Amino acid sequence: MSRPLELVAAGFVGLLFGLGLLVAGMVQPANVVGFLDLFGDWKPALMGVMGGGIAVNAVGVLIMKRMGKPLLGATFHLPTRRDLDKRLLTGAALFGVGWAIGGFCPGPALVAVPSGRADALLFLLSMLGGMALFNVWERKAALDRPAPAPTLSPNPAAAQPEPGGGPA
Amino acid sequence: MLPSSSLPPGAADAAPSWLAALGPFGPALAGGVLIGLSTSLFLLLTGRIAGISGVLGGLLNPRAGDMGWRAAFVGGLVLAGAGAALFAPAALGAPLARAPIFIVLAGLLVGFGTRLGNGCTSGHGVCGISRGSPRSLASVLTFMATGILTATLLRLIGVPA
Repeated sequence: MSRPLELVAAGFVGLLFGLGLLVAGMVQPANVVGFLDLFGDWKPALMGVMGGGIAVNAVGVLIMKRMGKPLLGATFHLPTRRDLDKRLLTGAALFGVGWAIGGFCPGPALVAVPSGRADALLFLLSMLGGMALFNVWERKAALDRPAPAPTLSPNPAAAQPEPGGGPA
Repeated sequence: MLPSSSLPPGAADAAPSWLAALGPFGPALAGGVLIGLSTSLFLLLTGRIAGISGVLGGLLNPRAGDMGWRAAFVGGLVLAGAGAALFAPAALGAPLARAPIFIVLAGLLVGFGTRLGNGCTSGHGVCGISRGSPRSLASVLTFMATGILTATLLRLIGVPA
């Protein structure tokens, strides 16, 4: 269903994103660990990555609000949930711990792999393993739940519109 | 191992000199602007959130008609890395002086955690916060807190960076 133009756009955006990570120094694990070591030899620089990214993307969001639909697609696929739940917070907590131990988050890990460096490859494979483990765990959790309430089962692929299109 | 002493205080290591000349926050800001441009472009062109863990997670949970753009996005990221490995290896930095078991544990936690929490630094950090999502704000505050806690703990027990 992905149309050729959508593929080109996704590839270009991935390239630009990777370039941004490289320029920012996000692909260097020592920078990330230094950034998180707030009470030690703190390197505050990486604050600029999120700051710059949020500022520019906020402009993109403003433009989006004036558009009925994306240029290459039929609808905007935006998450609509606003409630906080245990899964969101537990997941974020685990991610933070792993980020500080390995110095990689998902994007930089993908960018670092073509260097052929063993640490990058090991991290990426372990990360994919963690994601696969989640899929297994979630399937089991879904089976164990007698009647899953819709609000308690956030679909990881919630980017897809519901058939009814109602707010999640 | 890295020549951090020659850079301004707080600067990211191994930044190219023209970027380091922008000041300690220069490279990070410039990179952040590029990232914001890419996430904006993706939103306005395809209508999707450029969250890397979600894009990647979707590839491991195959659904028909939903794979092509994900693979293309990941391919772009890998291509950027290949370009860096060829032409600007300094931008890739150096491995941490940590045993492989740390790296494996880190990968497992990042993989499982980002799927459980529906996002990482890109989807929640950049895209979610600029949309004003309370879930994303909570996620960022949480992963920053546990990240800082973990980094502090590792330093205190003497694990090298």
